[in-house]
Amino acid sequence: MDTGSSPKERVVTDQDAQNITRVEELAYELKISQVMTREIRSLTPDMNMGDVLDIFRSQRVSGAPVLVNGELAGILSIEDIIRALRAVDLASPVSKYMSSQVMTIHDYDPVIEALKVFVKSNYGRLPVVDENNKLVGIITKGDITRGLLNALQHVYHEEEVIRYRASHLFEDIISDRTSLILRYRIKHGDFTHGGNASANIKRALLRLGANPQIARRCGIAIYEAEMNLIIHTNNGGTIRVEIEPHQISLEAYDDGPGIPNIQLAMQPGYSTASEEVREKGFGAGMGLVNIKRCVDDMRLESSTISGTNLRLKIFLREKDAFADVSQQGKETKK
Amino acid sequence: MKIVELVKLVNGTVLVQGDRQDRDIKGGFGADLMSDVLASIQPDAVLLTGLCNPQVVRTAQVADVAAIVFVRGKNPPIETIRLADQEGIPLISSPYGMFELAGRLYKAGLPSFEKSVDPDCSCE
Repeated sequence: MDTGSSPKERVVTDQDAQNITRVEELAYELKISQVMTREIRSLTPDMNMGDVLDIFRSQRVSGAPVLVNGELAGILSIEDIIRALRAVDLASPVSKYMSSQVMTIHDYDPVIEALKVFVKSNYGRLPVVDENNKLVGIITKGDITRGLLNALQHVYHEEEVIRYRASHLFEDIISDRTSLILRYRIKHGDFTHGGNASANIKRALLRLGANPQIARRCGIAIYEAEMNLIIHTNNGGTIRVEIEPHQISLEAYDDGPGIPNIQLAMQPGYSTASEEVREKGFGAGMGLVNIKRCVDDMRLESSTISGTNLRLKIFLREKDAFADVSQQGKETKK
Repeated sequence: MKIVELVKLVNGTVLVQGDRQDRDIKGGFGADLMSDVLASIQPDAVLLTGLCNPQVVRTAQVADVAAIVFVRGKNPPIETIRLADQEGIPLISSPYGMFELAGRLYKAGLPSFEKSVDPDCSCE
């Protein structure tokens, strides 16, 4: 068997080009105004280069816009100071060394626009102007990196907050029996969205603070049930999940055509799925078997008149419960 | 095994980076039938598959798959890529076939994360 290394050349496929990472997405979402530096250290054309050198050194900046009566007249970077140093010409005014053809960017543009300029040119910074072309800030690659990192942390933090709030739901709400009900309508033949409901249910359970093993078991069971509704029903069906501190009840029901022989349907490998469904990786006759494996209790009722009703239960042990169940028990016994 | 090592081993093209570059891939699994995956895959495995539709990503998400490798240089449709990007699951396309890939990963020390079928076993 020849497993020798083949050429490592990477061909950029259409998929590569269309693949947008979360950071890239943020670069499109974030506006320049959200990441730019607003406190601008500006210069005037008549300042001498020696003074600017001191300013750059003390303020730790590597470039600044040059203003005349508040209007942008040019930009001066550390490169320009190096040129002046080389020419032993620090006494000359800024106007001699600044670039007066300045590229600007609007504060309402997405960050990606600035990134494009930075990639194409050798500019280190861009003056930012508002819709009236008035200077409002300056943006550097460093600002963008910082902005993106902050935004990413924010996205992460948001999820944490949601999780924290959700996980306290059952403790914060007092009743004799609290439950949270989620309902999803599943369309027949909708393979494109197949699995969306189970994904959302799994996410909800994790946000509620469920043990990941439990969330996974529910996810797998519901996913198979969801695919069954998509593949085998006349008009689709409904998934209903009831979450209680001590148990999760899952229900999937439809209005037909029903399962003629449940015993046969429960047999591993038995399937009535079409070739088309099998090509999609389903219909292997393992769905109901998988479901049974994942839950503590499974009830399947079906008739060719009224359709199919699948009821599943997962019981939560004390350590996995969403709230202190023993407390609730005492309350109700009083 | 980290994603970077996996990409190198399978001579892969990264289609979706995924959320967690530092996630540890603990084992491997190969199947084209999603029910087989759901039936016996353990969490944190790499899934080798020839199936390219979005259901692969859904299956991966539900079953806590760490990364998906498409065999024989298959490129999934854009819906699959979008969903993977949204769910933060890495997608890699490899020029090798399923057998070759399984062999390479096994040789590199990645154990099988396919539980043998036991009618009485639970999902845990």
